[in-house]
Amino acid sequence: MRFERREQRPFHLLLLTPLLAVVAALALSGILIAIAGAPVLDAYWRILLGAFGSRLSATETLTRATPLMLTGLAAAVAFRARLWNIGAEGQFYIGAIAVAAASAKLLGNLPAPALVPLLLLVGAVAGMALILIPLWLRLRFSVDEVVTSLLMNFVALLFVSMLIDGVLKDPLAFGWPQSQSVSDHAMLPKLIARSRLHIGLAIAIALAIIVHFIQSRTVFGLQSRATGLNPAGAVFAGVPLGKTLVKVACLSGGLAGLAGAIEVMGVKGYVTTDLSPGFGYAGIVVAMLANLNPLGVILAAIFTATMFVGADGMSRGLGIPNYIADVTVALSLLTMLIALFFTQYRIRR
Amino acid sequence: MTSPVLEIEGVSKRFGTNLANDDISLTLAKGEIVALLGENGAGKTTLMSILFGHYMPDAGRILVDGAELPQGKPRAAIRAGVGMVHQHFSLAPNLTVLENVMTGTERLSSWRSGTSAARKKLLAIAERFGLKVDPGARLGDLSVGEQQRVEILKALYNDARILILDEPTAVLTTIEAERLFATLKEMARQGLSLIFISHKLDEVMTAADRIVVLRNGKMVAERRASETSKAELAELMVGRLVTRPVRKPSAPGALALEAAEVTVKIDGVERLKSINFRLREGEILGIIGISGNGQAALAHLLSGTLSRTSGNLLLFGKPIGNLGVAAIVDAGIGRIPEDRNVEGVVGEMAIWENAVLERISSPAFSQHGLVNRRAGMAFAKEIVDQFDVRGGSPASRARLLSGGNMQKLILGRNLHRRPRILIAAQPARGLDEGAVAAVYGRLLEARRQGTAVLLISEDLDEVIALADRIQAIVGGRLSPTVEAGDADARSLGLMMAGEWDEPREADHAL
Repeated sequence: MRFERREQRPFHLLLLTPLLAVVAALALSGILIAIAGAPVLDAYWRILLGAFGSRLSATETLTRATPLMLTGLAAAVAFRARLWNIGAEGQFYIGAIAVAAASAKLLGNLPAPALVPLLLLVGAVAGMALILIPLWLRLRFSVDEVVTSLLMNFVALLFVSMLIDGVLKDPLAFGWPQSQSVSDHAMLPKLIARSRLHIGLAIAIALAIIVHFIQSRTVFGLQSRATGLNPAGAVFAGVPLGKTLVKVACLSGGLAGLAGAIEVMGVKGYVTTDLSPGFGYAGIVVAMLANLNPLGVILAAIFTATMFVGADGMSRGLGIPNYIADVTVALSLLTMLIALFFTQYRIRR
Repeated sequence: MTSPVLEIEGVSKRFGTNLANDDISLTLAKGEIVALLGENGAGKTTLMSILFGHYMPDAGRILVDGAELPQGKPRAAIRAGVGMVHQHFSLAPNLTVLENVMTGTERLSSWRSGTSAARKKLLAIAERFGLKVDPGARLGDLSVGEQQRVEILKALYNDARILILDEPTAVLTTIEAERLFATLKEMARQGLSLIFISHKLDEVMTAADRIVVLRNGKMVAERRASETSKAELAELMVGRLVTRPVRKPSAPGALALEAAEVTVKIDGVERLKSINFRLREGEILGIIGISGNGQAALAHLLSGTLSRTSGNLLLFGKPIGNLGVAAIVDAGIGRIPEDRNVEGVVGEMAIWENAVLERISSPAFSQHGLVNRRAGMAFAKEIVDQFDVRGGSPASRARLLSGGNMQKLILGRNLHRRPRILIAAQPARGLDEGAVAAVYGRLLEARRQGTAVLLISEDLDEVIALADRIQAIVGGRLSPTVEAGDADARSLGLMMAGEWDEPREADHAL
């Protein structure tokens, strides 16, 4: 058995790959569920019920999908240009804490129509600022951004930890390390009443559409794609490499920072060091599952959120640890990578 | 005749709808050199990959010394005494020559590496075939020709008796190629059997005993080198009579581009040293030289991707600063890069995107930062039609094009708008005979229409055929010009070796 490169990549295969990858990941997780002694199909049924079985669970799933869409977009735009931004987690936290700080110390008294957009902008800009550090190191000293952007996550989290135990500490939190809350009128309006679902979801979907438009229709999109696919060819064609990467980085970091801002302003209202259950890292999985397609990110984020939210329900019903969600999501990244390999190669015997 | 050492019997291989090898049979005798001649895509490399076990054939079998070779097992091929020298070397640049040669020969489970015995064996082989090599040298520090020597030595070290060389001269200079063929003949004299793949008529005529011609996956002819001619081989290879177009006299026009004492330094190293040239409209100025003598710097300087350190460039008599790519393209300078796969196209992007990428910011192809896809597609369609780009539509990926068609696309996007100046770096390198003729035809047509063409090349025949005036480039310096009429292969060869009279005033006077 051997592999041969495909000359043509059939279109239907590109659509089918993520689906097959997800099915394969579910099948593999099924083995673990079976080992844990639970009926596999029943477990998956409960996951689906847990995620979409009621109004509450459905809105909860979409609430969870919102930051995943944004961090997924952040990874997708960067990876398209071969900018390996593994730092969405840190950018998420910096975006979140910037919002808390700006609301508490600077802008809190502005009226809502001015405050909300301004705070969202602050979060995005903070995310951009953070990613510019590894980018500068890459452009100036050719330091691999995979390592630096990843390490910045720890720097960012420790920085946040320092702030919420220090200058931004909420005096009303009984000594818990958490930031001061953003003003009530800084909270995002709800999308559906009596749920946690907020207009962040609409913002994320709109941004996915906008990013798709940017990538497929604009000069910048074309140039960033060329930069990712063949830097030498892009330079010869006059694409300003550094400038393009800076723009890509700002877009990516901005989206991740925005994810943090929206999570604070939409759900929590304040920042703790467990604000994100790994949204930044999960965003990488989401982007890969979507094959870096911005519109695909919407679906991939919903799938990932379904697993996370649904697993809680299943866990309660069947007594299986909800870690199975992490396993499934992680497996789906592996199966997707394998599936992507088969879109490029075929097996010959 | 003794029994053949190698027999290929009825090998067929299909990739999708493309029949790469169609029932091919050939034999190889001890001490024989066979050339496998064919255009790009004729199926030469596929056949040799099957022989070496990289691909499984759909039908047919391979016998070495009368014993059938198991299919798809390179290791079995090596054990049977088949060695392969790849076009793109399969060596590790960070290892020494000796380490590269030994890689794959030792058991992983053995405790210690038999370095000293290996060194002795390597040196003995090197001595026997006259392949001088320093076992301790780091491979990455060697020239391309030396690296190839290591690749050959590696095959011989594995006791290869049948050696396959895939386009061995593609990366070599003329002199290195001559040396290589002398080595091959020595190896054949000592009883080795060789197959080399080529699409160059000159070298198969001089180096091979027998020539097997492939076309579209079929074996179309087999000739003794002594009983055929270049013209016959060319026709067999292409399937029709091709003639390279020739230059007709023309009257050059105004001075288009002038370099005065231009120096380019990269990382402190002078790649171009006070060069001077004058390029007029309607002429082709040939810059001939062995690769690595500053051609890349010259091409990049004039393509807008490299800045000069000192000296002046004059465009139509006006001094210009260091122009970037966009300004160069806007000034009406067309550019054909040296390496079309690396710089010429972005393979994974569509043909239409490659057609417009270098001018994407011009109002013709984008407005307010939005790409005008329709205009780009229409432009690409025109290029595909006018320049006879085959094997792809505007929406298909550029990577799927053959070398010749990719070059037609690059020529098309430059010549379509009648550039005033064209910088052509190695425009026909690696192309098959039909595509070479097409490229030459386009360059000469551009010249006829008044374009000033700067042709940077390492192919003597090419420069003699196309250029009106010729300068040699050696170690970053440019020789004075010679008129094409006064140049022959011998005098140009001397110039390429750096032998020329110091410039006199008359050379600058035009």
